[in-house]
Amino acid sequence: MAERKKILIYGYGNPGRFDDGLGVRLAEDLEAWIHKNKIPGVDCDTNYQLNIEDAEIISKYDLVLFADASEEDIRNVSITPVSPSDSKIEFTMHAVSPAFVLDLCNQIYGKTPDTWLIHIKGQDWQFNEGLSKMAEKNLSIAIKKAKNIIQDPGKYLTLIKGPLINNSI
Amino acid sequence: MPRKITIEPVTRVEGHGKVTIHMDEDNQVVQSRLHIVEFRGFERFVQGRPYWEAPVLVQRLCGICPVSHHLAAAKALDVIVGAGTGDGLTPTGEKMRRLMHYGQIFQSHALHFFHLASPDLLFGIEADPNIRNIIGVAMEHKDLAIQGVMMRKFGQEVIKATAGKKIHGTGAIPGGINKSLTKEERDSFLKGEDPLNTDKMIEWSLGALDFFKTYHKANQQLVDNFASFPSSHLSLVRKDGAMDLYHGVLRAIDSEGKKILHDVDYQNYTEYIGEEVKNWTYMKFPFLKEIGKKDGWYRVGPLARMNTVDFIPTPLAQKELEEFKAYTNGKPNGMSMHMHWARLIEILHSAEQMKDLLNDPDIMGKDLVTKGTKTNEGVGLLEAPRGTLFHHYKINDHDQIEMANLIVSTTNNNIPMNLAVESVAKQYLTGHAVISEGMMNAVEVAIRAYDPCLSCATHALGKMPLEISLLDKDDRLIDRKNS
Repeated sequence: MAERKKILIYGYGNPGRFDDGLGVRLAEDLEAWIHKNKIPGVDCDTNYQLNIEDAEIISKYDLVLFADASEEDIRNVSITPVSPSDSKIEFTMHAVSPAFVLDLCNQIYGKTPDTWLIHIKGQDWQFNEGLSKMAEKNLSIAIKKAKNIIQDPGKYLTLIKGPLINNSI
Repeated sequence: MPRKITIEPVTRVEGHGKVTIHMDEDNQVVQSRLHIVEFRGFERFVQGRPYWEAPVLVQRLCGICPVSHHLAAAKALDVIVGAGTGDGLTPTGEKMRRLMHYGQIFQSHALHFFHLASPDLLFGIEADPNIRNIIGVAMEHKDLAIQGVMMRKFGQEVIKATAGKKIHGTGAIPGGINKSLTKEERDSFLKGEDPLNTDKMIEWSLGALDFFKTYHKANQQLVDNFASFPSSHLSLVRKDGAMDLYHGVLRAIDSEGKKILHDVDYQNYTEYIGEEVKNWTYMKFPFLKEIGKKDGWYRVGPLARMNTVDFIPTPLAQKELEEFKAYTNGKPNGMSMHMHWARLIEILHSAEQMKDLLNDPDIMGKDLVTKGTKTNEGVGLLEAPRGTLFHHYKINDHDQIEMANLIVSTTNNNIPMNLAVESVAKQYLTGHAVISEGMMNAVEVAIRAYDPCLSCATHALGKMPLEISLLDKDDRLIDRKNS
């Protein structure tokens, strides 16, 4: 029997900007589910934005699922593989992207965990806590997909052949 | 042909702004300005909210220095709940807040030096931008990159243990704190597995200082002359003149070291500090009233603090301060690139402070909150990573915030940053018909030395990138950098 993968669910965003908190909510809800069901080998973390120390954090895992809110033109949820990239655009802020974190992890620790980005579509970015109705619905879809991946990463991630597979898993 | 350069966004700074540089027919720089174009919102946003929400609300100004806003607001509310003006908290309340604050200074300075500044120092201001970044540092100087990552992580873990969360914590409350450290938490920082312990953080801080001093020796001309200009300096100092980044009295000195503000109580800051508004930026222009609007501007931040304090109350950082002050024969230092040197001394001081606080039994005490008689107005100041941070609130009889005024560090550095841009623009761009990426980066390096947080400075609610544009005398765009 194959050894179980060590998995990190990492949600980021600003819960004070309404739907921008989608990634954080996903990680928090999954953490409660993991705790309740005593699922081993899965950790959850959250932050306002990603930064350089996250390279060290992800170096300890086999599979990393970043989760973030999206205002892009996706249907509700997209799950895409992340490749290492030091794309220069990432230097416009003190925050960095999942691709940058993965690249830094590779350069410093020589490790590139299997990394995916769960994008959850939001629509309302007002200065408030909570989620819009649409975001709540999309969060439910994202949680369902993430649970499937956690329970059998090999099966569900290999189903994703290309980017932006919305409801296929 | 006359030209105007706009730099927008300026990279590796927090927030959004725009630099415009006007050039005449002879390629001479005739005017340069750092504009902040984002709408201000937080001071109005908090009006009507219950006062006890302020420490949690205002920290959402920023994802980089939320702890500073959290603590400055809490200090202002200490006054409102009758818990004194910075010295009335319980020993545990004050020491937990100090530990949180020094953890914040440590991680913020580490992020700035290793992530944002070291690429320019290691590879050169005009090096290929594809290499001149933290990934380039990781490829060629792995040890330095690892230290940057782990020092930032250590500071973040201290914040998490004291504030409850790495970002937007809830630890500080009006009159005190809502938790103290457990023995396990304390021991994890003092005796944690290598490298995550205070001794290693002190060792690495000393190593970073050695790195800078070696660089300085090899590049003395650049480091000493880049964006160098005299100024007044302002910061909090402890009543005995020592460096104290959490609490103290306001001191300002002029470019010769003569005191302008004589260690005054910051509760009365409006008697000493004015704020001017200009039509080309949302960022305000604070000034010392005694000097006036025109010449009353000043620097804040690590460089200013090295100039204002008489001594640093931790031994290793004090030794470094003595070397720093000796370099200018005890006169105030106006060299913008020495901000990096000053920042590294503060990293070392913060590491020493954290160790001292963790070894103090009060950090595990149970007496967390001071109660007193409520008033309707309070001012909270502290030395944030980027400089002096002012929070001022008035509340009504229904406990709602009626007035909020924030003067953040980057706002205090508004004119110095503009002067730094002008100095470097003249030095690097004058006489050149073609503007290279390296020349544009030189302008950014000058701004980055101040580690500005532009979203804080305008109290913005959104993301704020920055651009540099070159325009002619008729405002026609000649060149633009948007990296």
